[in-house]
Amino acid sequence: MNSFLRSLSTTQQIGALFLVVFGVLSLVTLWAFVRGLRETPAGDADAAAARKAKGRRLRGLLQTSWAMATVFWVGWVLGDTAATVLFALVAFFALREFITLSPTRRGDHRSLVLAFFVVLPLQFVLVGTRHFDLFTVFIPVYVFLALPVVSALANDPQRFLERSAKLQWGIMVCVYGMSHVPALLLLDFPGQEPGRGAFLVFYLVLSVQTCMVVQHLLGRRFPHQPVAPAVSQSFQWASWLAGVAVGGLVGGLLSFITPFKPGQALGMALLACTAGSLGHLVMKALKRDRGVTSWGMQGQSVTGAGGLLDRVDALCFAAPVFFHSVRWYFGL
Amino acid sequence: MLAKLMGFFLLGLVRVLTGSQARWYGCPPKAEQRIYFANHQSHADLVMIWAALPEELRSITRPIAARDYWTKSPFRQWITTAVFNAIYVERQAATPPTAPAAAVVADSAQPGGPDPASEAPPPPSPEALRAALPEGDPLAPLVRALESGDSIIIFPEGTRGHGDDPQPFKSGLFRLAQMFPQVVLVPAWINNVQRVIPKGEVVPVPILCSVTFGAPIQLEPGEERRPFLDRARRAVMALREV
Repeated sequence: MNSFLRSLSTTQQIGALFLVVFGVLSLVTLWAFVRGLRETPAGDADAAAARKAKGRRLRGLLQTSWAMATVFWVGWVLGDTAATVLFALVAFFALREFITLSPTRRGDHRSLVLAFFVVLPLQFVLVGTRHFDLFTVFIPVYVFLALPVVSALANDPQRFLERSAKLQWGIMVCVYGMSHVPALLLLDFPGQEPGRGAFLVFYLVLSVQTCMVVQHLLGRRFPHQPVAPAVSQSFQWASWLAGVAVGGLVGGLLSFITPFKPGQALGMALLACTAGSLGHLVMKALKRDRGVTSWGMQGQSVTGAGGLLDRVDALCFAAPVFFHSVRWYFGL
Repeated sequence: MLAKLMGFFLLGLVRVLTGSQARWYGCPPKAEQRIYFANHQSHADLVMIWAALPEELRSITRPIAARDYWTKSPFRQWITTAVFNAIYVERQAATPPTAPAAAVVADSAQPGGPDPASEAPPPPSPEALRAALPEGDPLAPLVRALESGDSIIIFPEGTRGHGDDPQPFKSGLFRLAQMFPQVVLVPAWINNVQRVIPKGEVVPVPILCSVTFGAPIQLEPGEERRPFLDRARRAVMALREV
């Protein structure tokens, strides 16, 4: 089996990977569909309502998974440039959600224009053209100075620190963090055929998402004392540790698709999961500060779906940490 | 053709920038004749509420556009007539005394209406009120649009507000409600648009906006002008919280 997989070309291997992902998704969807057909026992209205709600949640989760898998697949089929553009769009919509919930003043308008229409495209152009050295410092060094200057020129000192900090923070999470995902796609390892970045992204997304899901499920099944109840009702050390451990293990098991040895893969996945899950907690604190439960339309969306940022925030924190440690460790 | 393309383009642009989410909170989107009345914070309100309506309603709903602003350049004029199918009105804010004057017109219209058989203070019929409307009245174009069966979108503040709360409503809404009792009055709250493109800026910024449509209100029999306008304003403001 293993030797057969190794005999395939990289493209065939990635194709096989997508086949597996879509196969698993189809099976789960089929199971959910059949389960939905089952008759509810008559006369038990409460149980029926609970089952209905559960089914709805499951369907929502499945829809998100299908959408994400399709987006990744389309990105891969269309090539590196299209994938980079795709992630740029995700960053754009995430930043839009973030800015919507951060009260800005009129004086910030020019800085916002700069952030959306200059900084964001430039950052992704830097990724696409593989200027990795400039790409890692462009936002923290240059944009960090440029945006407050533009805001200061608008001649409005009221709550200046707060406003600049919010804009800077939004750009760091949504643009800087998100741009590291396509950077992983384009990272070439010495002694390896190019184009295997898709595996690295898959490895990162799968371990971080596994960590988040395990943490979420364990936190529900075995409710403990929350560590910071004012910020998150569900964050507990036990379920967090378990989530990170399982995420790391999944990463370790996936070492065969990465350039890492199993031990390295385990370590890298643990690091990414820690960064992602703690980043998610930080974003929760930000949401509580604004008095909302999700980044969607001010937490009052008609569809009941959360925002895009709710789904990608862990990735936004995990990707930069992962990217930098990989580059540092392998001296790329 | 060009107008249609422009409409598609604008719709796409507004969706990318603002999400243009419509939240039908108090009534469903329905093809009945309606007067939507909303808060007014930016010239982009017009575009926003136009984009938030579903396709089927957009074609039978005509927004109000301030004549001085939207006819300033040929492009603006083309876009409001060809794409939005807007109705131009003279802005009441430009001449502050218009509001009381309009009220006087409404009052004087009551005894002056062609309603021969009335001795005691007669509640004038809607038809009489419409007939009594002078040709130069700012409301005349709206009345014509409503008579031809279109729905309209109005901003009863008359001018863009500056603070958080909408300004007191002008009497136009009351008079239209008197003249067209069968038309459904739907309050709407447009959220966040002033942040997308503040006054004096050219480039819009992407920020999520929403339009919340509330439960329809009615002009009660015998209800006075001011109480009704205040009630309408409260109905709009109440949508901010939902």
